[in-house]
Amino acid sequence: MKSFSGKVLFLDRSDINTDEIIPAKYLTEITKMALKPYLLEDLKMNGFNPVTDIAGKKVIITRENFGCGSSREHAPWALEVNDINTVIAVNYARIFRQNMYNCGMLAIDLSKETVDDIFITFSGKDTDCVIDTKQSTIQLKSGATAKTINFKLDGFDKALVESEGWVGYADKNY
Amino acid sequence: MGKTIAEKIFDAHQVDKPFEDTTIVKLDAVFCHEITTPIAITDLMARGMDRVFDPSKIKAVIDHVTPAKDSKTAEQGKILRDWSRRHGIKDFFDIGNNGVCHAIFPEKGFVRPGYTIIMGDSHTCTHGAFGAFAAGVGTTDLEVGILKGVCSFKAPKTIKFELTGELQEGVYAKDAILFIIGQIGVNGATNCVMEFTGTIVDDMSMESRMTLCNMAIEAGGTSGVCYPDMTTVEYLWPYIKNDFASKDAALKEYSKWVSDSDAKYDRVFKYDLSKLEPMVTFGYKPDQVKTVRELTGEKVDQIYIGSCTNGRIEDLRIAAAVLKGKKIAHSVRGVLSPATPEIYKIALKEGLIDIFMDAGYCVTNPTCGACLGMSNGVLAEGEVCASTTNRNFNGRMGKGGMVHLMSPATAAATSLTGTITNSSLFKGGK
Repeated sequence: MKSFSGKVLFLDRSDINTDEIIPAKYLTEITKMALKPYLLEDLKMNGFNPVTDIAGKKVIITRENFGCGSSREHAPWALEVNDINTVIAVNYARIFRQNMYNCGMLAIDLSKETVDDIFITFSGKDTDCVIDTKQSTIQLKSGATAKTINFKLDGFDKALVESEGWVGYADKNY
Repeated sequence: MGKTIAEKIFDAHQVDKPFEDTTIVKLDAVFCHEITTPIAITDLMARGMDRVFDPSKIKAVIDHVTPAKDSKTAEQGKILRDWSRRHGIKDFFDIGNNGVCHAIFPEKGFVRPGYTIIMGDSHTCTHGAFGAFAAGVGTTDLEVGILKGVCSFKAPKTIKFELTGELQEGVYAKDAILFIIGQIGVNGATNCVMEFTGTIVDDMSMESRMTLCNMAIEAGGTSGVCYPDMTTVEYLWPYIKNDFASKDAALKEYSKWVSDSDAKYDRVFKYDLSKLEPMVTFGYKPDQVKTVRELTGEKVDQIYIGSCTNGRIEDLRIAAAVLKGKKIAHSVRGVLSPATPEIYKIALKEGLIDIFMDAGYCVTNPTCGACLGMSNGVLAEGEVCASTTNRNFNGRMGKGGMVHLMSPATAAATSLTGTITNSSLFKGGK
């Protein structure tokens, strides 16, 4: 399994689409690694600078409908090659969410209230996130402030993460 | 308890239910293009699994950047071309025969009522117009689809949209779907099938139904869907005439793919669209929708008519009726991209291409190019495009560019004035 823990990148906006995560002009690349410099290049969010803000981050925490728009799996790949294997949000576009689990990555759903609370408590602060997929817990810590949050991983999602993706799972079962 | 069309299609295609709420369905067709398929192919090769489940059920096209614009896009085309040859995929459409995937695959008769279809392209929901379940997927789902002919889905919830009344002159399927997305939002149909019914849909051509279903994904919908009827049979007849004794027999067979009257829906929306006006987007999300009246006079730099949403012959006829005998404004550039070679040829025969060219439009070959800012009409920083496409995301048609989505009639009228304009201003605007 991949590593799902590390420093948090807070994206305080809903409806961040896959064109913002990785613009279409880079879809001509045929290796995943080539996508690395372009992650979130077109994100429309006040004060966001992809060059300085992404470095060192391993977990994205955002609002609603993350990954809407295009079906491009280049979006999870652009995250993956930047060592970001986890997104935490209220909900996701269907294709993006499936793509994440198909790649053995995590797209964790939390309630709107919980996400609101996380933003109020941690946004703008240097925050560490530790995810335990066995216990289904998220530990957030910034200085003296810490919180542990439970999440739910559905059977199929869990199986995909454990099989490191859908190709491995499907090849075994179908 | 009755069932929805999506539930009936799932029941008929279920091969496994490994977990509650997860269904593995058998696929009737896997569509491929040169942007999302090559990485699936190279990954299968790297895994030593360079196989396809059934070459007759795989259809492939080079459409996003064609002819290739540089070495990278040439390589993507080559990977798809070599793979199609290697595996005997007969339905592969290359330069000279290629068009926008969601226009050319239905045109060739590859979509049938009751089918399950996936493609590594979010606008695959278009094909639900034929009474199919058709979903856009990522490259990994595509890869497994190619290899095993199956795909995983959550149990399909369905939202029913009952569209009644009669559309006014100058109002089209595009205005209806923009209105609906404006009502329910870009997240309004996530994980749901959007089922379009009602007298307005009954009266629509297959082209209009495809426009409607095409934008289901812009509300987060998994697939759009319309019930198959005689319009569907007529469209498919050249491809199915050997399978059925008569059109009525075909209709009878396809009629099993409709929802039961007591089917359970997640939500039902009823809209009387008699008073609907031409619609247009503002901002950077497809649910930011206003009437053309409210945005009249907004300046644009480029007009783009084409794409899997509105690049079909009906769309070209509508736009040409507005443009006939007129010239586009000096301040704008007009780009027309007929969605398939067949559409291009019909447009030539009907004199539509003359109308566009005399008006001052550049006519490109069939391609997705400009819609996603890859080629053939990319915007410069700060430019605005009046477009018949489906996405107005930030940077979609070029970094720093802005897009207003609208119908072909509104786009054509806008090209004549250089500002957002209702087509009713021009005679023959219907």
